[in-house]
Amino acid sequence: MAQVHLRDVVKKYGPLEVVHSINLDIADGEFVVLVGPSGCGKSTTLRMVAGLEGISGGEVQIGGRVVNDLPPRERNISMVFQNYALYPHMTVRENLGFSLKIAKQSQAEIDKAVDEAAEILSLTPLLDRKPGALSGGQRQRVAMGRAIVRHPEVFLFDEPLSNLDAKLRTQMRVEIKKLHQKLKSTIIYVTHDQVEAMTLADRIVIMRDGHIEQVGTPLDVFENPVNTFVGTFIGSPPMNLLDGVVKGNELEFADGTRLPVPPGYAIQDGQAVTFGVRADNIMPVGHALPRGEHMAEVEMAVDLTEPLGTETLLFATLAGTEVQAKMLNPRPVQSGERMTFQIMLDKCHLFDAETGASLRK
Amino acid sequence: MASNLNHRMRRYTLKGLHFFGLFSAMMVLCVPGLWIVLNSFRPTVEIMAKPPVWIPNELNLDHYRAMFSGIGEGGVPVLTYFANSLVISVTSTVIAILIGMAGGYAFARYKFNFKGGMFVGLMVTRAVPGVALSLPLFILFARIGIIDTHFGLILAYVALNIPFTIWLIDGFFRQVPPELAEAAEIDGCTRWQAFWRVEFPVARAGIASAGIFAFLTSWNEYALASQLTRSTTSKTMPVGLLDFTSEFTLNWGGMCALAVLMIIPALILTFLVQKHLIAGLTFGGVKG
Repeated sequence: MAQVHLRDVVKKYGPLEVVHSINLDIADGEFVVLVGPSGCGKSTTLRMVAGLEGISGGEVQIGGRVVNDLPPRERNISMVFQNYALYPHMTVRENLGFSLKIAKQSQAEIDKAVDEAAEILSLTPLLDRKPGALSGGQRQRVAMGRAIVRHPEVFLFDEPLSNLDAKLRTQMRVEIKKLHQKLKSTIIYVTHDQVEAMTLADRIVIMRDGHIEQVGTPLDVFENPVNTFVGTFIGSPPMNLLDGVVKGNELEFADGTRLPVPPGYAIQDGQAVTFGVRADNIMPVGHALPRGEHMAEVEMAVDLTEPLGTETLLFATLAGTEVQAKMLNPRPVQSGERMTFQIMLDKCHLFDAETGASLRK
Repeated sequence: MASNLNHRMRRYTLKGLHFFGLFSAMMVLCVPGLWIVLNSFRPTVEIMAKPPVWIPNELNLDHYRAMFSGIGEGGVPVLTYFANSLVISVTSTVIAILIGMAGGYAFARYKFNFKGGMFVGLMVTRAVPGVALSLPLFILFARIGIIDTHFGLILAYVALNIPFTIWLIDGFFRQVPPELAEAAEIDGCTRWQAFWRVEFPVARAGIASAGIFAFLTSWNEYALASQLTRSTTSKTMPVGLLDFTSEFTLNWGGMCALAVLMIIPALILTFLVQKHLIAGLTFGGVKG
């Protein structure tokens, strides 16, 4: 059983603290994705779990054992690196079997395990090549093969797909998810790509500046962001944010535009708030989803369009701020064209203008 | 058609000039070596002839025969010199490579105080010509009584080679991604195993080239060896060449014969590791 627990984990480089007292509980077999902008401490956290970085404070447990002072080899983990880190002087077969060889297993056992892993990742025809003779996607698969051959308790992935081109990335994403379903092992996966995080994770951990901002299922963090950072980081295009003031049952923006207050938020009259709405919830009339319970309508001029096929992204100005809206069943739109948009208020968010924290009741 | 012909003519002319240029350069480089080999096989009369005889009339092994014969018949203790050279060069190279690997790895992988200063310091020692140190070294070695010993010369050569091997090997380890060792550690290696099973083999080509450079430096070194050796117990081959000079004569033929014997091992070694050497000097194929 391989739960992973992080208790008040701290990482310091000299006087500089880069990871601040992180707490995280990962269940056995769970796929957890650490996501955040570069420099947020997600890779450092992963490397502390791996044992590649010392732990300055707190405690890391893997499978119920405190591993703080154990070297990587005694943690029963395996890791896939961003640049694959395949051993260039060994063939694919030797790369896959290296860990078993170090563990002094018999050649027959090694061959069996290597063939099995190669089978799972369709690497069998490549077994006698060296990494230099493989394409990026193939190297990636060898790196994953090297990780699974040992049946570790926990898999660690450090931005494994960021060196691949967009198409291959989508393919490998599916393969990683399939692999997880097949192996049912605990996975901690680090990425800066929120799409990867959303598509792969059982639970997402969003980090910023060495803090955990929010932990939750992909849908949960998408629908209920705890602050403006999570709101804008998760989801594409990012959530539109507009600063306004509560006036009775309405929000008033800087230029005098008024919208009804979305339901379900704890606010006071005169409070400064940030209003958040995703492009999916602001759509031109006639090109929108069926009407919800609480709706509002605004008229905006479209500045720019980005046709994506099934939908078109519209860039327009609302209350002096550029917002992105989505148009379903798109028709050609001229720049400067004025359209009426409906806003689904049930799906909108209110954040404290100062702290950015969600004001949801 | 005419312009086609023109271009073809020009291409051939350029190619011809190219070969001529290469030929001239190679001639300048090769003739002295060739001359040494040639002179070792022909009579002194022909070596000294003016104008020079380019095409030899007679080739024989007289100089070699004389060299290997006893003292007094023009012989020198070639085998002893050869053994001295071999022991001193191999030992000093092995030590310099081991220390160079440790030092180079430390400079490539770890952060420590005064790292930059120490590195520059090592390089500065290279700027001091070895000959300039020969007198102080002589006095020092004489005081502690290691003049004319293998140990003394090995010590001098190790000191001479270490900055260079550290510098070269540091460069090669720098090009080995640190993730390789990390991956090896996760795969179950100790830090020590990760180095020997992954990082060392990957940087092997570079280390081999550092090794051959160090070996050749020691093998060919003359200035220090001529001061620090006295007798057959420690004289190396370059110093042994001087045995062919006497007050009024120079035995060119004998000298050339010994020089050829000196060149052969270096040549063989270079051929043996040439694949590594070239791979080492044009590193970078390790990515992946």
